[in-house]
Amino acid sequence: MPDPKATISFELNGEPATLAFAPHKTLLEVLREDAGLTGTKHGCELGECGTCTVLLDGTPVLSCLLLGLACAGHRVTTVEGMAAGGRLHPLQDAFAELGAAQCGYCTPAFLLAAQALLAVEPRPSRAAIKQALAGNLCRCTGYLKIYEAVELAAARLRGEDATPARETLYGHA
Amino acid sequence: MHRREGLAKLTGRERYVDDLPLDDFLWGATVRSPASRGRVTAVRFGRGIDWSQFVVVDSQDLPGPNEILLIERDQPVLAAGYVRHVHEPVLLLAHRDRVALRRAVAAVTIEVAPEPAALDFRVPPRPEQIQYGADNVLKHLRIEKGDVERALATAPVVVEGVYETGAQEHVYLEPQGMIAHMDGDVLVVRGSMQCPYYVVKALTHALNRDEQHVRVVQTPTGGGFGGKEEYPSTIALHAALLALKSGRPVKLVYDRTEDMAATTKRHPARVRHRTGVTRDGKLVAQDIEVVMDGGAYVTLSPVVLSRGIIHAAGPYACEHVRIDGRAMFTNAVPFGAFRGFGAPQTHFAGERHMDVVAHRLGIDPAELRRRNLLRDGERTATGQVVNDGTDRVAVLERALALADYDKKRAANKAGGTTRRGIGIATFHHGAGFTGSGEVMLSSRVDVAGLPDGRIEVLSANIEMGQGTITVFTALAAARLGLTPDDVVVAEADTARVPNSGPTVASRTSMVVGRLVERACDDLRRRVNTGGRGKGEGLKRAIMDWHRAHPGGRLVGSATYERPPGIAWDDHTYTGDAYGAFAWAAYIAEVEVDLRTYTTRVTDFVAVQEIGKVLHETFARGQVQGGVAQGIGWALLEDCKWQDGAMANAQLTNYLIPTTEDLPPIRVAFLENPYPHGAQGAKGLGELPIDGPAPAVLNAVADALGVEPTTIPLTPERLMEIAERGARNAEQRRQ
Ligand code: FES
Ligand code: FES
Repeated sequence: MPDPKATISFELNGEPATLAFAPHKTLLEVLREDAGLTGTKHGCELGECGTCTVLLDGTPVLSCLLLGLACAGHRVTTVEGMAAGGRLHPLQDAFAELGAAQCGYCTPAFLLAAQALLAVEPRPSRAAIKQALAGNLCRCTGYLKIYEAVELAAARLRGEDATPARETLYGHA
Repeated sequence: MHRREGLAKLTGRERYVDDLPLDDFLWGATVRSPASRGRVTAVRFGRGIDWSQFVVVDSQDLPGPNEILLIERDQPVLAAGYVRHVHEPVLLLAHRDRVALRRAVAAVTIEVAPEPAALDFRVPPRPEQIQYGADNVLKHLRIEKGDVERALATAPVVVEGVYETGAQEHVYLEPQGMIAHMDGDVLVVRGSMQCPYYVVKALTHALNRDEQHVRVVQTPTGGGFGGKEEYPSTIALHAALLALKSGRPVKLVYDRTEDMAATTKRHPARVRHRTGVTRDGKLVAQDIEVVMDGGAYVTLSPVVLSRGIIHAAGPYACEHVRIDGRAMFTNAVPFGAFRGFGAPQTHFAGERHMDVVAHRLGIDPAELRRRNLLRDGERTATGQVVNDGTDRVAVLERALALADYDKKRAANKAGGTTRRGIGIATFHHGAGFTGSGEVMLSSRVDVAGLPDGRIEVLSANIEMGQGTITVFTALAAARLGLTPDDVVVAEADTARVPNSGPTVASRTSMVVGRLVERACDDLRRRVNTGGRGKGEGLKRAIMDWHRAHPGGRLVGSATYERPPGIAWDDHTYTGDAYGAFAWAAYIAEVEVDLRTYTTRVTDFVAVQEIGKVLHETFARGQVQGGVAQGIGWALLEDCKWQDGAMANAQLTNYLIPTTEDLPPIRVAFLENPYPHGAQGAKGLGELPIDGPAPAVLNAVADALGVEPTTIPLTPERLMEIAERGARNAEQRRQ
C-alpha cells in the first residue's frame, strides 16, 4: 500500500507553500517531485556529495538526508529562489563572468553554500571559502574558479567596485 | 563570451535527464549478476510481491541480436544464461512506483553455478580461466623502431622499472540515466551521453530497427570524462526494451552506488620499462611492455591500448624503441573510456621512470628531460616526424621558471616531521582519433542559414561542461562576421543533426570545430553573397535566399578531410599517429607528513602548448579540472576489489578531491597554431590528466628519497615504501 499523504506548510523561496506528499519522502524528493523544483540535484542520495544542498532557515543542509516533514514551519531556499525580482544574485553573476559553472550539475549547491557563507562572513578568506565548500564535490573545475567567483561576489556585496580576477595567472603567449 | 547555457545552469532551469517532465511513466531498474563467472541456473522471484504489476524483460525479449554493437559484438545486452562479471545485467524491471521497484529488485535472486574466474590481469591465466582466444588476450599491439635488443646490449647503463596504476571511477556528478518512449513508430531515447550516434548504432542493431525509427537526443550532461562514451548505449537499450515491452515511457536513472559499481572505469595497467642510456643521459633504447586489464568484454580496450602504447615512449627522441601492449580479458566489470584513454597510464610509468633513470645517473630530472625532449625533425616511436615548430624545451623551461624549480629542488626536504619535494612531468597528447580513425569516422557538420538571417550549427557533438556550445558559437560567429546572438547551436538530436562523430578524444574543438568553420564557408558559397560575404550583408543574403526559396533549406556542409601529408599504417603501427600533439610540462610540489604518511600537493604549475587558446576561461577550466582529477588518481582514488566487485562503490570510501585536497593550480598556455585545427587549436580536454600523477609521485620521490611505483599512493602504500627504504639504508650502513 502506498503511504497516505502528509501535508505540511512552510516557506519556500520566500513564498508560503503547502504540499502533500508521502511522509517517507526526503526534502530532495519533495522539492523535485512534489514542488516541481528540479534545480536541486542529487549525486548520491547518501549525504556524501553535497549536490543536493539547500538552505533551511539560511543554513546549508543536505536535502537528501532530511525528511520533507522536518521542514514544516521552516524557511527553505533553493537555487530557484536566489534570483530576486528577476535580478540574478551577485553570486550568480560572478559565477557566469568567471566561468565557475562547467557542467553545472554541482552549481546550485555551490551557489547556496556560498550564499550562506557570505551571509555570516562578508569578507571570507580563501581558507574560509574552502572550508565552507568542503562538503560540496565538483568534478569539473578543480574549484579555483569557484573560489574566485565567491570572492568577486563578496566584494560586490560589500559595495566594492571589484573587477574580475585575471582569468589565468599568466595569460597566454 | 560567457557560457551560452550558463544562465540556465545558474538558475536551476537547465534540465538534465532526471529533471525532464514526464507523464505516466515507469521507473526502470536492472537486476545484476551476483557472481564473476558461471551459468545462470535459476532466476527466482521472491514471495510477497505481486509480480504481475511489474514489467519484466530478459534476453528473450530482444527483437534483434543480443549484442551491444561497438568494436566487437561480444557483449550481450542482457546476459543469456551465462555471466562473465559481477553486476552484469541479467534482468530488467519497471514499475510506476520507485520504492516498490527497489524492493522488487532486492527480491529477485539470480543463482549462478560458479566457474573459475580470472581476476588478476597481471598473472597468466590458468587453463580453466581461459575464456577469450587461446590466452585471454583481447588485443595485442606492437610498435618497433630500430633494434632494441642490440641497443640495450651495448648501452652503458640499463635501468629497469615496473609501474602500476589502479582503476579510476569517473564520478561525473550527474549519474547516468536515460528515458525511452515511443513517438508513433519512432523509438525516442533521451539521456546523458557523449556520443548520440553510438547509441543510435547500438539501438538499431539490437532492436532490429532502421535509423528512421530511432531518434536519440542528448540531454544536458553533468560531466562525462569518457564515462558517458560507450556505457550509455547499454542503459539506452535497457530503457528502450522496457518501453517497448510496456508501451509506456520508461526512466532508467542509476543511483551513485550502482553507477560506481556497474559502469566502466579507467583500465588498470602495469607497465615495465627497460631503458638504455649513455652516462650523460641520452636515451638509446626503450623497451616497454604494457598490460592493461580489459575486463569481461572488449568494449573500447583495443583503442585504449593503442593510444596507451603510442604515448608510452614519452615526448622523447630515441632511436631504438619497442613497445609491446596487451589488453587482457578478465572477469572484472569491463573497463572503458576515461579521459586520457590509456595515455595517463603509460605516461605515469614513463615519467616516473625518467626520474628513476635520472636518480641512477645522478643527473637532475629537469636536465635529463632537456637532453631528450624531441627536437623538430626527430621521430616519435611510431616514426612520426615532429616538425611543428614548437620548442618543447621552452615549454619545460617556462614551467621550471614559474615553479622556481632550481631553488626549491635545492632547498627542499627540510627536517622535522615534514618533508618537501618537487617533481616534473613532461608529456604530450595526440588529439583526435588515432591513425586512420578520423578518416573512418568521416564526420560531417551542417550550418544552416535560417529565414530570419541567423545561422544554426548542426552537429552531434555535445556539451558536458567543456564548452562545445559556446566554442561552436564563437567559431561560427567569427567565421561569418556575425555576433554570437546570430548563432544558435542545435540540440544534439539525431533526427536533425548529422553524424559529426563522438565527443571524445579531445577532437571537438580541433577537428569538429574546423568542420564548423568549413561548413560556414560552404554556406557563404551557397548563398552566393555577391560581395556581401559576411556580417550584416550575409544575413541579408540569407534572408533574400529564403524569400526566393520559400520553405527551402539553406545548408552549408563540411566533411572531414585528412590533412595533406599524413600517413598511417595500421598493420605495422608506423606513421603519423595523430595530426597534432599538444605538449606540456607540469610541476608539482608536495609536503609529506612523516607521522601519517599523507601527501599534500602544495603547489602545481601546468604549462602547455595547445596551438591556440579558443576560450581562455574554458581552457583553464579543462586544465584545472583535469589536474584535480589527476591528483585524485595519484593520491586518493582507490578502487578496492573483492571477488571482482568494487567493494567501495560509495563516495564515503572512494574519495575524490574536495576543496581541502587541492593546491592552487597555476596555468599557462603557449600558442603555436596548428593549421588544420579550428583557428589553429589543438585538442586540450585530455592532456591535463596525463601529467599530475607522475609529477606528484616524482615530488614524493624527491621529498623522501624513495622510488614509489604504484598509484594511488595512499598513506599505507607510502609508509610501506618509506619503511622498506629506511630498512635498506640501515642494512647498507651495517
Ligand atoms: S545527493 Fe549527495 S549529499 Fe545529497
Ligand atoms: S561543474 Fe561539473 S561538477 Fe562542478
